[in-house]
Formats: sequence, structure tokens, C-alpha cells
Amino acid sequence: MKYLLLKHYRGGPTPAADWPPMDQWTPEEVDAHVQFMRDFAARLEETGEFVDTQALAAGGTFVRYDGEGRPPVTDGPFAETKDLIAGWYVIDVESWDRAVQLAGELSAAPGPGGKPIYEWLEVRPFLGESPALTE
Amino acid sequence: MNEPLLRELVPVVIGILVRRGADFASAEDAVQEALIRALETWPDDPPRDPKAWLVAAGWRKFLDAARAEASRRGRELTVRVEPPAGPAPATDDTLRLYFLCAHPALPSAAAAALTLRAVGGLTTRQIATAYLVPEATMAQRISRAKRRIAGLPLDQPGDLGTVLRVLYLVFNEGYSGDVDLAAEAIRLARQLAALTDEPEVAGLLALMLLHHARRASRTGPGGCLVPLGDQDRSRWDTGLITEGVAILQAALVRDRLGDYQAQAAIAALHADARTASETDWVQIVEWYDELLHLTGSPVVRLNRAVAVGEADGPQAGLTALADVPPDLPRYAAVAAYLHERAGHLEHAAELYAEASRAATSVPERDHLTREAARVRHLLRP
Repeated sequence: MKYLLLKHYRGGPTPAADWPPMDQWTPEEVDAHVQFMRDFAARLEETGEFVDTQALAAGGTFVRYDGEGRPPVTDGPFAETKDLIAGWYVIDVESWDRAVQLAGELSAAPGPGGKPIYEWLEVRPFLGESPALTE
Repeated sequence: MNEPLLRELVPVVIGILVRRGADFASAEDAVQEALIRALETWPDDPPRDPKAWLVAAGWRKFLDAARAEASRRGRELTVRVEPPAGPAPATDDTLRLYFLCAHPALPSAAAAALTLRAVGGLTTRQIATAYLVPEATMAQRISRAKRRIAGLPLDQPGDLGTVLRVLYLVFNEGYSGDVDLAAEAIRLARQLAALTDEPEVAGLLALMLLHHARRASRTGPGGCLVPLGDQDRSRWDTGLITEGVAILQAALVRDRLGDYQAQAAIAALHADARTASETDWVQIVEWYDELLHLTGSPVVRLNRAVAVGEADGPQAGLTALADVPPDLPRYAAVAAYLHERAGHLEHAAELYAEASRAATSVPERDHLTREAARVRHLLRP
């Protein structure tokens, strides 16, 4: 079963810990955090559960159709209040419980002082491509 | 199995099939199928004459496809089943393939993919892996490109500038998975340099070699980015540097300067410095002036500001930066660097953080975040 682990720049429940932005950590703390993220992906590859990981830039805009012959309308840049996705992991795992367990591990990425950042991650099951056999 | 040899044969064999009367698109498909078959069977059953094997297999695949197409349309097969002897294929065939695959009518991503397949002899799967797209997507991109150029004659002079741009794009894709596109671009540029007598082709080849020579030192532990000034220069590949410099010098004496030669000259000056502090920044600024004269590009202006900052001090660099449009990618990163050197640490930290938010790749973002953290730490240790 495939699951999406979504990371957010902002949005989601109230942060469990109030860390300063990453550029205000020490260089060593930044290194440790980046290394943890790389190791996490490598570990998933080793267990055969890794599918994909991507990071998104914070910029972007909303776009919609505006009628025949007219250019699309854009609404952006994003408002400060908007829930903003930062990136994701796609994992292919045995169960929902395993997905939640992995999200918990990812949320323990180190921050200032090497302490876990307690980041909220959104876990979403993929809808499958083919219907389950029920006959 | 000798895969490099096999891949070198691909454009040659396409050329032979076209001379025998196949159209380019069908010949290219047929040779791709023969190539995949060769990759499967040669390891256990190597042919005595690889080229003859590939020509025979490609021609058979072509005939099969032509027959199927003819019967689908209820027509007679118009291509002779027995191949005509034909003249010996000239090396010009391969050069024409470069021009056709990197035709100005094609979007650059399609031109790059088609070049890698028809000239580089890569399989669709390998190209898809290298560009991190599904194989079906890449197959579609290639077949649309071939439809776009269908009917274009193979014997017209091409646009060398487009070919060089496509090779440069392929080179910049670098390395992901098991296909090394940078090495592949170098191979294709090397082959192109042997087929033409243009100083800019030599310039591009020299530029690639000089950049490639530094590749091992460009990433640190865990894939983090190491900027030029901090690189371990003992890890630079001196063989590639020597070769790149020799090719560049031979091109420069022809006295037909172009932007690839100028960029290669800058790369050569960096390669020439045993330590970062020995870099001849004054000469590098002169080359940037030449480059600016040739291209008028704002990106060149931005890089020139860094060089001016090194040659004449950060204040001069900041003055040079004033002529650069601030919406350029990497503008904030350059501004941060110059302001830090000028001692404006608070401002530099803010600019590094801004630059990290504007970064276009993960390693670049992580590097700039770390730079912001480093400068903030200098302020509040």
C-alpha cells in the first residue's frame, strides 16, 4: 500500500515545539538535520519501502481557467495564512501502522541542540489503481 | 560485452540504413530495437563482426516494420528486400545526425533525448532513467520529436549553435542513477569535435572537460555542495585539465572567439590555480568582459560581479552588482557573498536566508541555509 508523507512549510496543527527558522540554527545543527533526511530516504530504500521523495520551492501561485480565448487567471503569491506543502515522501509499506510509524520517525529529525523537531507530518493513503477483488 | 563500442556503432548503422533507402524515423526505430536485442544477446553470444550484425539486425527490423505498415495500408512494400550495395558511409552521416536530432524546430528536451538515442546509442529506458521520467513518457517524447522532423532532408547544413546548446544541456544534467549524462555529453562533444573544424566545438569540449575534472571535489559527505573556493584541489583530475587546456589553446589561436571558448578560458584559469588564493581573478574579470561583449547576458554580469569582488575587493563587486537585474536566479546568493566579504554580516545573513528560499535545487538550498546559519553564528557565537 502506498502512502504519502507530506511535509508542510506551514499549516497543520499547532507546532508541538517552537523552533526558530533553520537559518538561525548553528551550521552543525543544519548539517545534522540534512544528514538525517538523507539517511531516512536511504533507510527506506534498504527496506524496500521507498518510492519517491521530492521537495517543493515555497513560491508558486493558484491558477484557473477563465473562459475561452482568455489567458488563465492566477492568484498568487500565496497568502501567509495558506497551508503550504514543502515536500513529500511516497512509501510503499505493509500497513497503515507502518506508515504512521515511519512518519513518527521522520518527525523526530534533529533540530537545535540535536533535539527532535516534533514536526507534524500529514499521512495520506493513495487510492489504488484497480478495484479490489470482491467477487 | 563492449557496450561503448556498441553505442558508437548506433549512429553509423542508422546512417547505413538511411543510405539503403530507409527514412530516418524508421531506421532509428529499427536500430534501437536491434540495440536492445544486442544488449540482451551479445553477453552470451558475441558476434564476430558487431557492425555487420547490427546492420543486418537493424535492416531486418526495418523490413519487418515496413512490411507490417505496408500490409496495414494494403500497399506493396516499396523498399527492396535485398539491400543495395550503396557507397561506403561517410563520417558525414554522423554529423548530419547531430544536426537533425538537435534541429532548431525541436524543443530542447526533445532534441536532447533524440540526440542521446540516435547519436549516443542509449536506450529509451536509459534516457528515461537519467531524466527521472517514466519510460513511456520518454518514448513518446522521442517519437513526437521524430514526427516533427519527418521529411526534413538529412543532407542540409545544420545549425551548429543548436547542437552545442543541446550538448551543453545534456552535460548540465549531470549524474543520476546509472547513466552518466555528463560523461555522455563529453563523448558526444569529442566525437563532434573530430567531425568538425569549429573552434566553438573545441571550446565547448574544453569547457566540459575542465568542469568534469572538478566533479569529485564538488560534493562533500552526504552529497552536500562544496563551493569552488573550498574544494580539495588535489582531487581535481589533472589528466582532464591538461587535455581541456590543450584543446582550448589550440582553439584560441584560431582567433575566432565565441562564448564557449571564453567560458572555457575562465574554467582553465580556475583549474590553473593550485590554491584558491592563487586564482588570477584579474584575468578572469577580463574574460568576463569578453564574454559580456559576446553575449550581453545578465547571468554573465552576475558572475562577473563575483570575479570583480575577488579582483578589486567586495565594494567594487557590489558596484558591479548594481548593474545586474535583482530578479535573476542566484542574485541574492551573490549579493550575500559580497556583503559578507564587505563585513555587512547582518545583511549577508538575511540575504543568504533569502537566497536559500529562492534556491532551485535541494543541495543548493541546504548549502545556502547553512551559509545563513554560519554567518548568523559569526554574529552571535
